[in-house]
Amino acid sequence: MTEEKKEEQKQASAPEEANASEEKQEPQTEKTEQTADAQDSGAAEAEKETAEAAADEQTAVEEEPAKEPADGAVEESEEPTEFPVKFIIGKKVGMGRIFADNGDMIPITYIEAGPCVVTQIKTADRDGYNAIQLAFGSKKEKLITKPIAGHLKKSGLETARYFREVRVEETEGVKLGQKVRVDLFNEGDIVHVTAVSKGLGFQGGVRRHGFGGGDKTHGQSDRLRAPGSIGQSSYPSRVFKGTRMAGRMGKDTVTVKNLRIVGVDTKRNYLMIRGAVPGKPNNFVKVRAAR
Amino acid sequence: MEEIRRIESQYLKDDIPEFQPGDSVKVHVKIKEGDKERIQIFQGAVLQRKGGGINESFTVRKVSAGIGVEKVFPLHSPNIAKIEVLRKGRVRRAKLFYLRGLKGKAARIAEKRVDLGDGKKAKAQ
Repeated sequence: MTEEKKEEQKQASAPEEANASEEKQEPQTEKTEQTADAQDSGAAEAEKETAEAAADEQTAVEEEPAKEPADGAVEESEEPTEFPVKFIIGKKVGMGRIFADNGDMIPITYIEAGPCVVTQIKTADRDGYNAIQLAFGSKKEKLITKPIAGHLKKSGLETARYFREVRVEETEGVKLGQKVRVDLFNEGDIVHVTAVSKGLGFQGGVRRHGFGGGDKTHGQSDRLRAPGSIGQSSYPSRVFKGTRMAGRMGKDTVTVKNLRIVGVDTKRNYLMIRGAVPGKPNNFVKVRAAR
Repeated sequence: MEEIRRIESQYLKDDIPEFQPGDSVKVHVKIKEGDKERIQIFQGAVLQRKGGGINESFTVRKVSAGIGVEKVFPLHSPNIAKIEVLRKGRVRRAKLFYLRGLKGKAARIAEKRVDLGDGKKAKAQ
């Protein structure tokens, strides 16, 4: 790989490169303002022009021709996402690692999030509360029931696998069929990730609740992983509800809080999150900004 | 997973010399002390290379003051400033853990020789 090429690729999506992220964000914010204007006057062309002009300007200032493809990628992804809450749904892709500039190894979970589509807007007047429903994923055509197909049609969709609602203060500005993409999030954001953990089947007390088990020696024969006492004697003559015992473990809804977003890949719709997230690859996940 | 590999491939180093288990190497490691940074050199024989892509690591063994010392380095870590290959070794397996049980003369690794075709042999480069 040549030096130049490597540089270019780094610019394209390196989350650790402060330069790259600045460049990525700046045109976005400018476009955000611009989009608002454009919507008023309906002049979509003007928006594109200024976005390009902004890109050119930066090229001149930074004197880095390598960053042009990076801007191109951002521009391709249509308008920047505007959404009242930082919430998106997607699926876990897997884990990997990258190195920070100072040599630290950062564990990364990749989440393919979005593009989600707004499929329903609930308002306090009609539904008693304000919420937005998002759809994500795809399904075989024959698996989409007619009621679902009808529901999807309202937002111009043909297929979707997951629907999730998110409560919002204000539904204004959100349209049916509007797309929600990963650019909603920025590098450095702190998020909560909710997903269903791996199902581990029937597990004993040592694994499931961290019991200490019994002695291996001192005359013991079969007490190594035994739970010990589960209660008292003739009073109360029963085992209290909720006593921790062996049983089915995992497949619980788990929220991992305060994870940092290390990178946003708008081309692949990937979020790169520091640390682990519940479940296996292809597991459905919800990502929400920490309050 | 394919996509992850593609994303991570942009963090791979492209200036890593070719080296194999059995080779003697000098590893230049960046060490941070407070706010100062210096380079420390670890020299020894490569016992193994392990993993692929950005996860690849290698193990270097040396005998320091009569005590065997092994270090595992992530190949693509920015803390590795440079890897110098001093000598190619002639070995017959990919993992040289048997060296741990040997010392002194027995723990030597023969140098790799390349057949030049006219009956002579030379050091491998």
